Formats: sequence, C-alpha cells, structure tokens
Amino acid sequence: MKSLAELQAIKDRMKDKVILREGVNDIRVVVGMATCGIAAGARPVLATLVEEVSAAGLSDKVTVSQTGCIGICQYEPIVEVFEAGKDKVTYVKMTPDKAKRVVEEHLKGGNVVNEYTIAGHKE
Amino acid sequence: MKELSLNILDIAENSVKAGAKLTRITVDETEESLILTIEDDGCGMTEEILKSVTDPFYTTRTTRKVGMGIPLLKMAAEMTGGGVEITSRYKDEFPDSHGTTVTARFNKKHIDFTPLGDVTESIATLIQGHPDTDFLFTHRTGDKTVTLDTREMRAVLGDVPLNSYEVICWIKEYLKEQYS
Repeated sequence: MKSLAELQAIKDRMKDKVILREGVNDIRVVVGMATCGIAAGARPVLATLVEEVSAAGLSDKVTVSQTGCIGICQYEPIVEVFEAGKDKVTYVKMTPDKAKRVVEEHLKGGNVVNEYTIAGHKE
Repeated sequence: MKELSLNILDIAENSVKAGAKLTRITVDETEESLILTIEDDGCGMTEEILKSVTDPFYTTRTTRKVGMGIPLLKMAAEMTGGGVEITSRYKDEFPDSHGTTVTARFNKKHIDFTPLGDVTESIATLIQGHPDTDFLFTHRTGDKTVTLDTREMRAVLGDVPLNSYEVICWIKEYLKEQYS
C-alpha cells in the first residue's frame, strides 16, 4: 500500500537534488491548459511530457508547466518551448505520440520537429 | 468534454485563478446520481458577475473572468436532467469567508450522462500545475471513499515541491490503489 510515509522517503532522496536543481532548468515547456486545451486533449499531452522528460533524464534541464489560453484555440493542444537565446517554438495539434517525439528530438536532441510546429504543420 | 474529469480539471483551474489557498473537490456518487462539488476560498465573485458566469458570451478577452468552462459543465449536467448551482461570497463583502462553490448534479441513468473518466489523472494534473495551492479531493461511492489531501502531503514533504516527478507518480499510484 502507498502511504504518506513513503513521501518521507521521497523527501530524503530529493534533499540533495533540490539544491542542485535551482537555476539550472534552461528549457521551459508550457502546455495550454485552458478550457480549449483541455477539451482538445491537452491532459494526456501534458502527462506524456512530464513522464518522458523524466524518463529521458532531462529533469534538471527541462521544466514542464501549464498556462491558460494561448489565443489560437483551433490549434490546441498547444505546446510552447522556451529556451534562452533561441526563438520560441510553438507546437500545435499535439498528441501524446507527437509529444514523445518532441522530447526525444527537440528537448534531448536539440532539433526542432518542424512538421509539428505552427509554421510547418499541414491540415 | 469527453469525460467529466476534464470538466473537473477545467473548473478547478478557476478556483486557482481566483487565488484559492484550498480547493475542495468532492464527487458523491450513488447508483442513480453523481454530485460534483468544487468549493474554494478564493476571492469570490460579485452578484453581478455571478449572474453572468453561465453565459458563454459574457467573457471578453480583456477581462477573461470566465469562459466556456461553466457553460460546458452546465450543458453536461442539464443534458442528464440535472443542473449547476453556483454560490459565491466576494472578498470585499465577506473578508473572512469568501470563496465560490460550484455544484453540478448529474443523473447517471440518463443516456446522455458523460462518464467520469480518469479523475486520478485530473487531480495529478492540477497538482502538477499548481504545486503551491492545496487541494482536498474526496470521491464517495456507496461505502467506499477515495481521498487525497495535499496539506497532509506538504506536512511530510516540507520544501520538496509537490510537482516533483516522484511526487506526481506517488499521487497517481496512491489514488489508483484506493480505487482498486
């Protein structure tokens, strides 16, 4: 059985990591989670990003967060990638599978997945 | 919305935006009915705003106080012969007891009842997005109660953020085990 006591173990494990992590996250991944995003399927996209970023060992480098309506609801689910010194990348009509590829190729490999971006996607 | 749990995620976001410190999400189920209550201690709404929240055309881009969230929940509830009720106490009038309560009633036997879906995923998503506010989730079905209180978690975790990957995984497993 999972219990609150297990959180103590998580805390103990994370003690050193928390200090190390401060200020090192240099890529910010933001998922639109307003009504439009949620209705279009943003919840599983977000869950996949959180999971894959951790599985790829990118937790120290990448933060996954949520935001409200980005303003182009017809393209939801939308994922934006912010990286210091680079242009913002806007991925549109995302799915869990597309999110996996973005983690692998863009966040890990450093190559933008052009066909999923707002400029590169095809109807 | 394909699942009611997505409406829960959406409506609870309003509570967070209203500055709630604690948002109580309660699902009460019987054979026939499902009652969803989302109760927060956020800033609340004036009577004027409260009257217009169910109007999808009320929102303007500059104020963005509400949007399609409540209308979609209302539609889902009314399709089953149920409905949505909202009460609110605005902070200027009730400085010590402000907040908003949204109650949605559904008739589960109705053919247009939207299934609850993956509520565990919605609760985990809420906490991932808002690690600094508290949520109390309670799901009662017959004699079974599933519950999660982030205040209890915070008491153990101290300064470890609630949106840490390990903690989010724990939340999902903790709820899944209670459901099984």
